[in-house]
Amino acid sequence: MGNKHLTLKQKLNTEKAAGIICTLPFIIGFLLFMIVPMGISLYYSFCDYNILTPPVFSGLKNYQKMFNEEVFWTSLKVTFKFAFISVPLRLIFALIVALILFRSTKMTGIYRAMYYLPSMIGGSVAVAILWKRLFALDGVINKIFMLLGMKEPVSWLGDTRTAIWTLIILAVWQFGSSMLIFLSSLKQIPVSLYEAAEIDGANKWQQFWRVTLPLLTSTIFFNLVMQMINGFLAFTQSQIITQGKPMNSTLFYTVYMYQQSFQFANTGYGAALAWVMLAIIGLITWILFATKRFWVYEGGF
Amino acid sequence: MEKKKTVGTIIYHILVLGFGLVMIYPLVWMIMSSFKDTNTIFTTATQLIPDPFVADNYITGWKGFAKTSFAVFFKNSMFISVVATIGTIISSAVVAYGFSRCSFPGRGILFAAMLATMMLPAQVLMIPQYLWYQKLGWVNTYLPLIIPYWFATQGFFVYLMKNFIDGIPRELDEAAKIDGCSYYTIFSRIILPLVKPAMITGLIFSFMWRWDDYLGPLLYVNSTEMYPASLALKMFADPSSSSDYGAMFAMATLSILPAMIIFFTLQRYLVEGISTSGLKG
Repeated sequence: MGNKHLTLKQKLNTEKAAGIICTLPFIIGFLLFMIVPMGISLYYSFCDYNILTPPVFSGLKNYQKMFNEEVFWTSLKVTFKFAFISVPLRLIFALIVALILFRSTKMTGIYRAMYYLPSMIGGSVAVAILWKRLFALDGVINKIFMLLGMKEPVSWLGDTRTAIWTLIILAVWQFGSSMLIFLSSLKQIPVSLYEAAEIDGANKWQQFWRVTLPLLTSTIFFNLVMQMINGFLAFTQSQIITQGKPMNSTLFYTVYMYQQSFQFANTGYGAALAWVMLAIIGLITWILFATKRFWVYEGGF
Repeated sequence: MEKKKTVGTIIYHILVLGFGLVMIYPLVWMIMSSFKDTNTIFTTATQLIPDPFVADNYITGWKGFAKTSFAVFFKNSMFISVVATIGTIISSAVVAYGFSRCSFPGRGILFAAMLATMMLPAQVLMIPQYLWYQKLGWVNTYLPLIIPYWFATQGFFVYLMKNFIDGIPRELDEAAKIDGCSYYTIFSRIILPLVKPAMITGLIFSFMWRWDDYLGPLLYVNSTEMYPASLALKMFADPSSSSDYGAMFAMATLSILPAMIIFFTLQRYLVEGISTSGLKG
């Protein structure tokens, strides 16, 4: 049965044709909304460009400027600090709460809802605004601490030492989705493994370290990679709550990028910043994957 | 022994419930504050229950700013979220079917590209995409907030549905093929009805992410009457527009209402969705 004997309708119904036709939306979308813009921005990152005047090729100037700019290094430092503190804390909380909620009672559904709710709406502007008010000078946090005996209200958002922590707490507060992923992995661990461990005389603590934790490493790894990427790209919270203040102590890389591109119209420079961020995320993901074989168990049950 | 166990259970519940209340306290505080007299919110900050209970904040807040009421902002949000979500779900289901059921040249690379879109979030693409949409003349329209979603550009949803379709037995396809179904009718008659649970999960996430989206509208929407609720709320909260915290909390409460309703009615789908494909920070 040669191809030329097929009608158009039959040709379209081959497996190959159906596959390509069905994935066509993605092919078009990927080219049009990912590849093309990235190509444009790669070119602009080597240009002097401020939206109003046409781009002029300037070689590596934007990249050189970056390394001499103190704010660039500050924003990088802030972002690393935020990601490296908030992500591990978030995962630890998620794991602990998952272990606690794994025990099934009549209330489990309600508990799970309570712990997941903040994650559900945590990315919204409403929560960012709320957070700003909670930590204000006359906000609830100060009021509660003063009831507990603190004398002076603390300017949480105005102090370079504490401002970043309000954002870290906000991030850690939203441990819900990692928690749910841990919960579902916990459920997959066969009960027989715990029974065997018990027969061998292992107590609960040993069971956790020797059975549960090793079997969770691949889930931990997955969460770590996804959350790290998210951590490095945090934007809304910082943009609304602190705008990088005070003294750039909460200036996230993405906020810096946004300010440069859209407020100061250094679009070429902003494009260069985006590419550097992409390289950093790629590098961190690569490092995480490189460490995988030392601590992640993937042998199945 | 029995008694010791009950005491343990009680302590367990007290601790879990107590910490859970701490978790949701900020939200409860905001909702309660929105029913307080706006001048007393911070003087009575540690007292949770409003006394007297007033709804004035909702009336003043609803008026909005710059002659535009929150009715308009919510309507805009609803329009963007619904249209973008429908596009995401339909296009993702079709693409997922293609990946799951058909082998064709380039599938491996395409699938890798799809996974890469999951790792490559909006913030990195923010400037590149802005420049491109500007070239297309899409700035200050809703097009950048809607059109890309009709092309299955969010890997998360494709991945979610592909996993689901992979779990549907291929024998069904074979049987349908013998009955004379083409690849396309197999999709519309066999796969589509079966993939519904995954579509509902996707629907919930997509709607909420679009509803909460702040960066997109911030970049692409310039005129006030086109603002969605997320952006309007931010402008509303700026000290220059208003320092009426009661009204601000009232509108903030309304803006999280859709998410809350969805959460409490469709919790089951949500939990399943995260557990099976679990992404999103």
